[in-house]
Amino acid sequence: MTTIRIPTPLRGYTGGQSEIPVTGETVAQALADLTARYPAIKPHLLQDDGELRPFVNLFKGEENVNDLQGLETSLTETDKLLLIPSIAGG
Amino acid sequence: MSTELSHDEILRYSRHLLIPEVGLDGQKKLKASSALVIGTGGLGSPVALYLAAAGIGRIGLVDFDVVDESNLQRQVIHGTATVGRLKVESAKARLQDLNPDIRVEIYNEPFTSENAFRIAENYDVLIDGTDNFPTRYLSNDVCVLLGKPNIYGSIFRFDGQASVFDARVGPCYRCLFPEPPPPGLVPSCAEGGVLGVLPGTIGTIQATEALKVLLGIGTPLVGKLLLYNALDMTFDFVNLRKNPKCRICGPDADIKELIDYEEFCGVPGSGHDEGSAGEGWDIDAPQLASLLQGSSAPLLLDVREPHELEISWLPNATNIPLGALAARLSELDSAREMVVFCKAGTRSARALELLVSAGFKKVKNLHGGINAWARSVDTSLPIY
Repeated sequence: MTTIRIPTPLRGYTGGQSEIPVTGETVAQALADLTARYPAIKPHLLQDDGELRPFVNLFKGEENVNDLQGLETSLTETDKLLLIPSIAGG
Repeated sequence: MSTELSHDEILRYSRHLLIPEVGLDGQKKLKASSALVIGTGGLGSPVALYLAAAGIGRIGLVDFDVVDESNLQRQVIHGTATVGRLKVESAKARLQDLNPDIRVEIYNEPFTSENAFRIAENYDVLIDGTDNFPTRYLSNDVCVLLGKPNIYGSIFRFDGQASVFDARVGPCYRCLFPEPPPPGLVPSCAEGGVLGVLPGTIGTIQATEALKVLLGIGTPLVGKLLLYNALDMTFDFVNLRKNPKCRICGPDADIKELIDYEEFCGVPGSGHDEGSAGEGWDIDAPQLASLLQGSSAPLLLDVREPHELEISWLPNATNIPLGALAARLSELDSAREMVVFCKAGTRSARALELLVSAGFKKVKNLHGGINAWARSVDTSLPIY
């Protein structure tokens, strides 16, 4: 099953879970599945028009989905999605 | 400074000279090179220590802060003896003790659009060890505009990131993060905490990358982002590409000079009063103490996380963590006077904004938080 890794700053919205299995044939469907189960995370990932917010980076494996087909990027069961947050601590 | 090595230096750097990738030529290169470390905090500490030990000829340190006891859990360049001293002076003394042969130049000022070019132009690499978004965008833009590598590292709680942003040959920080997150979404280490050893892990990676870049050896993290999680002990690498829409290094770049980074990020950068909600919205601890003695004592709203209440608490305060406040407004009486507080005033200032936008009118922010209360009203409470 496709999984999404949730970074620490967003785990408060997923009940503390770090890796969440999701269903969907595209990135958009996988995000729809994630946000349906964890609605509180939605405003932190998606704009009102459904696009990814500009400070959120989503990677399929090692590639940014923006460098692939964006939200229409296709997924297989073995794909791992990685959410990369902006963090600024030093 | 001569780039020839003295006998003392040959002995000092002998373990470098034994590595063929460094050798005598490499060590001379390091002696002739320079690095600017922006911030002498969690990341800047290990970066500066290891670069000094490695024999970088000239190291610049930028910071405007003084050493505080709460720094010492991770900022290992400082010590108990230097609490209260300027960070750049404390750091310089430690570096010169570690390596008296190098030159350490200090800048006791915030890194800003006004001074950034003047400070940065004479260094070969910049190392981003700052703790806020405005200074991170500033460091990036300075590097892009001056054509220098930006050795990036960033931390939060158990997560770390590192990369080498060099817009001449790869993507820059803005290619990955075109815009900062909205203010308040990502807490700072002062609010959210950080595992003390985490900046050690990420800072030593930044120092490694700086040495590789200066020596011209190995494969630096250009076009790669390292993601580290200390809890899971995972190291992930992802590929970064130049963003064709990048506003500073893309083909249609519209940022040609340094901008107002505090405005761009919607938050104050370094050096401002973090514990204030703005003029007219604050109440200080002694004022609150006298209000609480009176007949119409205000409601105290504590917006800290529950585990922080184990450290310090005020009697009769209602606890609703900031993250849960929007969903629990109905529990509060908007007709009653209210004073909101947190650890130091940052989260409560944000809570106040939320309350005011929801129609609450009689709200004040405890300036400086419960720590200010512990300092000036109830000294039996610990400061954290």
